[in-house]
Amino acid sequence: MSQLQYFLALVAGGLSAAALAYSFVTPFEQALLLKAFLALGFLSLIRFFVPLGLWADGAFALLGAVAVLTSLGAFAPPLPFFWMAVVVAWLFAWLFVERLSKSLAPRLSDNAGLGLLVPVVFGAALLVIWEVVTRGANVPPVLLPAPSAIGAQLANSAPILWADFVQTFIKSVLPGFAIGCLSGLVVAILVDRSPFLKAGLLPIGNFMSALPIIGIAPIMVMWFGFDWQSKAAVVVAMTFFPMLVNTVAGLNASSSIERDLMRTYAADYWQTLLKLRLPAAGPFIFNALKINSTLALIGAIVAEFFGTPVVGMGFRISTGVGRLAIDLVWAEIAVAAIAGSAFYGVIALIERGVTFWHPSVRGGRA
Amino acid sequence: MVFDAFEQGRFMTPVVSAQNLGLTFKTNDGDVVALSDVNLTINKGEFVSFIGPSGCGKTTFLRTIADLERPTSGKLTINGQTPEVARKARAYGYVFQAPALYPWRTIEKNVALPLEIMGYGAGQQAERVRRTMDLVNLSGFEKKYPWQLSGGMQQRASIARALSFDADLLLMDEPFGALDEIVRDHLNSELLKLWDRTQKTICFVTHSIPEAVYLSTKIVVMSPRPGRVTDVIESDLPKERPLDIRETPEFLTIAARVRDGLRAGHSYEEAV
Repeated sequence: MSQLQYFLALVAGGLSAAALAYSFVTPFEQALLLKAFLALGFLSLIRFFVPLGLWADGAFALLGAVAVLTSLGAFAPPLPFFWMAVVVAWLFAWLFVERLSKSLAPRLSDNAGLGLLVPVVFGAALLVIWEVVTRGANVPPVLLPAPSAIGAQLANSAPILWADFVQTFIKSVLPGFAIGCLSGLVVAILVDRSPFLKAGLLPIGNFMSALPIIGIAPIMVMWFGFDWQSKAAVVVAMTFFPMLVNTVAGLNASSSIERDLMRTYAADYWQTLLKLRLPAAGPFIFNALKINSTLALIGAIVAEFFGTPVVGMGFRISTGVGRLAIDLVWAEIAVAAIAGSAFYGVIALIERGVTFWHPSVRGGRA
Repeated sequence: MVFDAFEQGRFMTPVVSAQNLGLTFKTNDGDVVALSDVNLTINKGEFVSFIGPSGCGKTTFLRTIADLERPTSGKLTINGQTPEVARKARAYGYVFQAPALYPWRTIEKNVALPLEIMGYGAGQQAERVRRTMDLVNLSGFEKKYPWQLSGGMQQRASIARALSFDADLLLMDEPFGALDEIVRDHLNSELLKLWDRTQKTICFVTHSIPEAVYLSTKIVVMSPRPGRVTDVIESDLPKERPLDIRETPEFLTIAARVRDGLRAGHSYEEAV
């Protein structure tokens, strides 16, 4: 065990003992599971004589989470030993993740499934603490609703959320993303083809990227109307420039020997472009696609703040805040986060397939 | 047999003919004379090595033949045509210092790259890829990607790529410079066999005296500042050359003459 693990184990065990002692001030049958967890936590100190596996710590953390969540309503207001138990459960989760990542590190690359366990445990611990703190400390739901409340809202408002998702993601983000990225790519090739355009278009593109989205969104609404077309236009404006700059850089990524080679074959411009320079620009283009995948969603949601039909994620967020329907706002944020991550993930997956040859993907030398 | 090749050459247009060839690069620090007054004739079937210290213009001369650089004075013809016409007629295959295989293509696809560009049909492509891969002993590695192969195998694949469209002239710019000596010896003897089988004209840039003497029928010694030809040595070594020919007196005599030619350019004393 490393020094940190040693320290974590010692504090977790010690704190369990203290909390267990404190818990005797309450009637014995109250919050039995919590007390059992604390007793087990205290007993875990035997690890200094008999080694315990890392899965034991995982079980402690899980038991702690369940015990803490089920005893939330047992005392009102919660007694100090309850909060101590929360800290103990968190320490066990930390210890578990610490040991897990140490033991996984050497074989992380060939074991993606287990590697995923670390962020999952981390995220779950975060959610449990969020739930316990908001409910245990009676945080007003307007400030921060508990995850369970958000989850309930997610389930209850599924039809609304789905309609918003279709309006914002399917109708605004996807077409805007496609048009913006494609036109960025085409203009990059035009810029590459002609020095005149390079001198003229690149500064204009640069200028466009400096336009504040807050400023152009209302103008787009005036130009293209209230529906998804104006949002798609904002997304186009946002995604165009990253694609343009990245592709222009990527088209110059091939080495001079690789280009000389094409010249010795008397290859024409388009053959060189298709067989050498575009493939070599692949990593750059995918970088732009990844940047744009998150930018596009942000752009569409913000654009909906400036006039929209009565549907859409941005519309729901702006009106939800006004009506103090904070649960719904959080549910909408959760949907946006999941949709954005999934979009990014899909592009990253395609990237792995297309630029499999690049050292950053195959994990080898150049 | 060697005589046959020379005799044929005399009645045909030379493959490469340079007269008073000069090339000056304009840089911010002033003009750099890369080639000055180069006169050289290379006939069909010859194996010509260019040797000299760095900066002597040997690579520049090769690039000028390939129309990758434009001469600023004098006359240069490839098969009686200008370098540009020759390049557009795909008159030569070029092997660079680095393999420069495209990492997103398999070895087989890399070898087929010039064939795709030149518009060969699928059947022709497959046939030629098979033949040239066999010629450089790379059969069985068709589906591998370049990064999965050793440096020597990568360079062999790049030679296969230069051979695939069957140009009569092969230009090689220090192709084995980055390889260790054991691999280099092996590839040198394979290159000789390949030259014998294909009857191509080869121009080979190197800075290794044993390599130049071992491979060549003609050795062009060059020296820098300005880049120029100081000696042209016709080698009378037999065409059949086992690796241990390098210990024979004939070999050592030629090597000594090359060394003298390099010293006459007294480049090393001046080199900073």
